Amino acid sequence: MSADQILSVDHLSMRFGGIVAVNDLSFGAERRKITALIGPNGAGKTTVFNCITGFYKPTSGSMRLAHDDGHTIQLERLNDFRISKQAKVARTFQNIRLFPGMTALENLMVAQHNALMRASGLTLLGLIGAPSWRVAEKAAIDLARTWLERIGLLDRADDAAGNLPYGDQRRLEIARAMCTEPALLCLDEPAAGLNARESAALSELLLSIRANQGTSILLIEHDMSVVMEISDHVVVMDYGVKIAEGTPQHVRDDPRVIAAYLGADEEEAIAVMESGT
Amino acid sequence: MQTSRAPGVAFIFKKALISALVALVLFSLMIGVRTEAGSDGQLTYWTRFGDLAMMVATVFGGSIIVELLRQWWGPVGTVRVVPAQVTSALSLAGRLVAPVLLIFTFLVPVIFYNERYILDLGILVLTYVMLGWGLNVVVGLAGLLDLGYVAFYAVGAYSYALLATNFGLSFWICLPLAGILAAFWGVLLGFPVLRLRGDYLAIVTLAFGEIIRLVLLNWQSVTGGPNGVSGIPRPTMFGIPLSPGDDGLAAKLGIEFSPTHRIVFLFYLILALALLTNWVTIRLRRLPIGRAWEALREDEVACRALGINTTTTKLTAFATGAMFGGLAGAFFATRQGFISPESFTFHESALVLAIVVLGGMGSQLGVALAALAMIGGFELFRGLDQYRMLVFGMAMVLLMIWRPRGLIGHRAPTVFLERNQAISSDLVKEGHG
Amino acid sequence: MDYFAQQLINGLVLGSIYGLIAIGYTMVYGIVGMINFAHGDIFMIGGFIALITFLILVSFGLTAIPLILLIVLLVSMAITALYGWTVERIAYRPLRHSFRLAPMLSAIGMSFVLTNYSQVAQGARVKPVPPIITGGYTLHEGAGGFVVQLSNIQIIVVITTVVLLALFTWLVSSTRLGRDMRACEQDQTMASLLGVDVDRTISMTFVIGAALAAVAGMMYLLYYGLVDFFMGFVAGIKAFTAAVLGGIGSLPGAMLGGLLIGLIETLWSAYFSVEYKDVAAFSILIVVLIFLPTGLLGRPEVEKV
Repeated sequence: MSADQILSVDHLSMRFGGIVAVNDLSFGAERRKITALIGPNGAGKTTVFNCITGFYKPTSGSMRLAHDDGHTIQLERLNDFRISKQAKVARTFQNIRLFPGMTALENLMVAQHNALMRASGLTLLGLIGAPSWRVAEKAAIDLARTWLERIGLLDRADDAAGNLPYGDQRRLEIARAMCTEPALLCLDEPAAGLNARESAALSELLLSIRANQGTSILLIEHDMSVVMEISDHVVVMDYGVKIAEGTPQHVRDDPRVIAAYLGADEEEAIAVMESGT
Repeated sequence: MQTSRAPGVAFIFKKALISALVALVLFSLMIGVRTEAGSDGQLTYWTRFGDLAMMVATVFGGSIIVELLRQWWGPVGTVRVVPAQVTSALSLAGRLVAPVLLIFTFLVPVIFYNERYILDLGILVLTYVMLGWGLNVVVGLAGLLDLGYVAFYAVGAYSYALLATNFGLSFWICLPLAGILAAFWGVLLGFPVLRLRGDYLAIVTLAFGEIIRLVLLNWQSVTGGPNGVSGIPRPTMFGIPLSPGDDGLAAKLGIEFSPTHRIVFLFYLILALALLTNWVTIRLRRLPIGRAWEALREDEVACRALGINTTTTKLTAFATGAMFGGLAGAFFATRQGFISPESFTFHESALVLAIVVLGGMGSQLGVALAALAMIGGFELFRGLDQYRMLVFGMAMVLLMIWRPRGLIGHRAPTVFLERNQAISSDLVKEGHG
Repeated sequence: MDYFAQQLINGLVLGSIYGLIAIGYTMVYGIVGMINFAHGDIFMIGGFIALITFLILVSFGLTAIPLILLIVLLVSMAITALYGWTVERIAYRPLRHSFRLAPMLSAIGMSFVLTNYSQVAQGARVKPVPPIITGGYTLHEGAGGFVVQLSNIQIIVVITTVVLLALFTWLVSSTRLGRDMRACEQDQTMASLLGVDVDRTISMTFVIGAALAAVAGMMYLLYYGLVDFFMGFVAGIKAFTAAVLGGIGSLPGAMLGGLLIGLIETLWSAYFSVEYKDVAAFSILIVVLIFLPTGLLGRPEVEKV
């Protein structure tokens, strides 16, 4: 494995009562690369995500995040909001969690909360309308505008997020995560429910994020065309353990992977075998 | 207009008959029979079949009227086509309501200078407007349910009353102190409820309000117990008393003294406090803290994923709301000159919460209108005497059924690029608290 | 020790009454997911109806106490149940699928209506009744002359509570209605798709809750010998506290919470101060919820991400 890993997960285990959702899992995500975490339903992928992003406290194991400047953070020692604030790990959710009653623009403004809190002097400067706050606010709106443009939603900036079509909501959630300026972006099934064209646009967006922002991406995905097209590295899980890892081509031909998918879902297995060729 | 599907006369009659029958059973003992303890302590009763018959007849008649109205109005949820001119006229009127209301409020002491009753009522309404705006921060913006808001009102009132009567501190020093103390209690309440949701939050806030009231009631040596605190100093206009003496404001201005001066002063004082509350809230909504409150109401998990510290966000919401409650409380104490735990019962909390919900959660204008409607309406029913709370309760039920989402059913965005368009309240979440 | 035993008995009796009211809160919460703020007033109405029925029966010359009690119980349960049904029908059903706060405010409004309705209909003064059930047993006579007593009325309250609880547990676990209720609690839409009459089930929940509250009201009347129009508010808050303490939505939790609140109140009054008994009950509630955010027996809320 390459030494330049932004995230290394070591011997991660997560138990719920008697159920072992993740069992002694180790893998890494390389810097400025797209790593995909795949596996049949119930393999424990989202649980891994929830551990990395601080929503669950893992039973055992360690997760180390290494920033560009060399300082490292043990993620299992931080909880909920600090993962995003201090470790700069952002995430999206399998069942989109936007702020439906706020506009698309407001959603992106909320994402810049911590930066804006500092700029507003913990509200006091903002309350008196200090010039420095006004500058910061304008910069935040500009950043939001840039992202709205990149996801093609500039004309819907002032619409309630809950009113946007499904595909737009997915992209808005990614943009919102990006507005926290993360080092690692974790996407939980970003292509779920998208049609072929929207999936292609999503792939393009993720590749451009990697290229332009240099953000490392970790994604869970069932849509194999997306996985095969954009991933640099694929980790395959089944029943809470890692069964294979490697390049998309390598994984695709791995008999254990095919068996796991065949055992779980024939269609998906066929999709694995056919896609990307 | 009656369509073929509309139920006929027989149906209405049958429905009314069933209602009347239910009413007969319900009222049979409670109204048909009246009990009273006699002079010897022995309980006696007598019958009131006339009243009972009248009530049942009223229900019968009322049921027919309601059913007819329902048919005339059509099925629930019917979308009525409103002409475009009417819609645009309405939206124009909607935009004018706030400024017109504000100008009118400023002019009230001028127009009604000689009508003490109206001035007093105005002060009362404005007090509730301020309380409503304060609670709105907690319930409307942050989506945290607070059934004990009156506790902060009480903390503010007692802070001023006790500081002023025991240490002789002036109103203008005590006012910020009252706000700070109430905010402190807000944080104190906030801590245990951070992890609680929904109805657990409801009962804890309710319990908190009751604890404060019971302590005020029983800690006789400090609070005076049920007798309360009296002789609370009246406010001064920054040190100049509004009294008939030589150092009074009237004497200094060289005008004749009138007790109305003080009422007018109090009116503008509470107006200023309420507008301060409003201004601060509007400013806060456009700041990251305010957006975090609203985001918290929409989705707490997403907030955490975005690095928002939900603990401090909740605590600041409680503290801000409590602070406004405390300021209003200090005003209440100085206006009344006398306070006792009786003024801080659960009914007050329920009333303020009703104002916030009826106003349309999160809407500043809605809260003001709701306060005017509720307090004004309550005053209108003054003549009803003992039936007043009965009518008030019924009005609350009917208003909720009529407008479950409040008078102003949409949310104004805090920032926009091109169009400042309101968001339908159907999309806005209520929060989990 | 004797003093403590006596307070324990008193606390359990009071707790039984709270528990009976708390079941109504918890049932409604379990199925409709709302706090029925008017439930305390339903309890008060139950007490009033029991009182009036009792007066009428006595004035008709009925003297057999057990017969009187039985009739009073049935009449009070029946009429109070109708109150519960009517309240749901008028104030809650139109708001069934509405926003969460609207039914709660409607319930608070309904509570005001009921309180003032009985104030207007029956006057504001406290209504005392002479002790109906007298006598009791001396359990233990201490050396200091302190006597631990168990009165007949206390026995009746506890036995009635236990019997009703058994009946009610059977109803929820083994009858068609109970099954429908549990189904509605899980998923109303699915239940209605499978042929459960959701409206009827919810109505029945209110009816049963009100009937239990009526029993509590009657027990209160027998035990304390008085009713007044304001008693619903305090008892309602206590019972609601009990339901939350036990874990709202859980039936054994409601009973456990009721007993605990009854004990805390009684013991605090006995050993510390009567004035602060409610403060003690509320404070313990807050402390418990800090450590167990869903009460003693409530299902822990799993956060789905």
